Amino acid sequence: MSTHVLDARRLICPLPVIRTQQKIESLGDGEELLVLATDPGSLHDVPAWCRVHGHQVRSSEQTDDEYHILIQVCKPMESC
Amino acid sequence: MNNPIPLENPISRKAVALISGGLDSMLAAKIIMDQGIHVEGLNFFTGFCVEGHTHAIRTKDRSKTKRNNALWVAEQLGMKLHIIDVIEEYKEIVLNPKHGYGANLNPCLDCKAFMVQKAREWMEANEFDFIITGEVVGQRPKSQRKVSMPIVARESGALDRLLRPLSANVLPPTLPEREGWVDRTKLGSITGRSRHQQIKLANNFQLVDYAQPAGGCCFLTDAYYSNKLRDLWRARGKRDYDFDDIVLLKIGRHIRPHAHFKLIVARDEGETNFLSGYRKEFTYLYTVDHPGPITLIDGETEYRDLELAARITARYSRGKDQQEVKIKVVKPNGRQHEFNVTPFGSADIPDHWFV
Repeated sequence: MSTHVLDARRLICPLPVIRTQQKIESLGDGEELLVLATDPGSLHDVPAWCRVHGHQVRSSEQTDDEYHILIQVCKPMESC
Repeated sequence: MNNPIPLENPISRKAVALISGGLDSMLAAKIIMDQGIHVEGLNFFTGFCVEGHTHAIRTKDRSKTKRNNALWVAEQLGMKLHIIDVIEEYKEIVLNPKHGYGANLNPCLDCKAFMVQKAREWMEANEFDFIITGEVVGQRPKSQRKVSMPIVARESGALDRLLRPLSANVLPPTLPEREGWVDRTKLGSITGRSRHQQIKLANNFQLVDYAQPAGGCCFLTDAYYSNKLRDLWRARGKRDYDFDDIVLLKIGRHIRPHAHFKLIVARDEGETNFLSGYRKEFTYLYTVDHPGPITLIDGETEYRDLELAARITARYSRGKDQQEVKIKVVKPNGRQHEFNVTPFGSADIPDHWFV
């Protein structure tokens, strides 16, 4: 299964969430999305958005001032 | 408005809720969800309501919680939330509000009608049945008066598919109430600016953690921010802005020594890091031999302006008490100048330079 990458660095919240939402609209069930962000709020907001939409956060990491969040797309939301 | 949604199945009604992240919209959604209606939330990002991000930038606020309140509300209620980027479309509301501004540059009535209109478009595209908001009659001086409620319904095109659950019983029945999709007797009759009834309702629902105060997060209601936006329009000779403009107005000290240029001086390391992201678009200055802020220059400058900017930058560095501080100036084309300047004293920067 392919992993897509979304570069949301230098975007302030909630733009990383909005871009994640837009990107996931075009992805299918089971696909993975790696979100790269620099706004610390992303580490809270992107997983929160995933929880309310039923997508799974596989991992979230902080490296220096950058945040990497790996999401598994679940469509429909009950599929994971 | 066309009637795109079939009305024959009363058990599958769906409502879209405007979710600001505050208590009122949270309660409105909860009241309707408790009647068995499927509710999903919408939150519109205009660029002006960014409660968390300035906290994320400033060093002193790094330890504060950076949650998005609208998302947090959605999680508490167990509903989906869609965050919509309306930055470009919203410019027309800020620049040319049909109903004018409030105390500052806040176009509250136009803003509300715009957001309900966007919700109406989303409702139609997604085959939902009606819209709910957390509006309370009499709570806001401009957008939430009893006379302005029909204006929002009419100008948004939502008409009687717009339901305000907290004040429904002091307003004419809407389509969801008349058709029995919701039970009007279980809706509220809250009016006025007091928060007492909302807090009581929150307690009844066992909602103990919600954003306070319920005044909204819009920077356009802030006098200082509005002054900076007016200054930007004056300096450019036109009323316009882009997203970076409105973000930068929230960051740093804004100092305008002359009409043709302004300085944005970082106040701490967090702001220096953030403003450093704009080094390719702006002429910028930084201290070479003392810790200090980055300063961006917005406008066209001559050599003597750069020297002035260097003295101001030096004033906010650790070398402010030194006889001489070395400042480097870098232009977007990569050309560099170096100045050895005497830092300004605190009395050397007139108050009227601060925007």
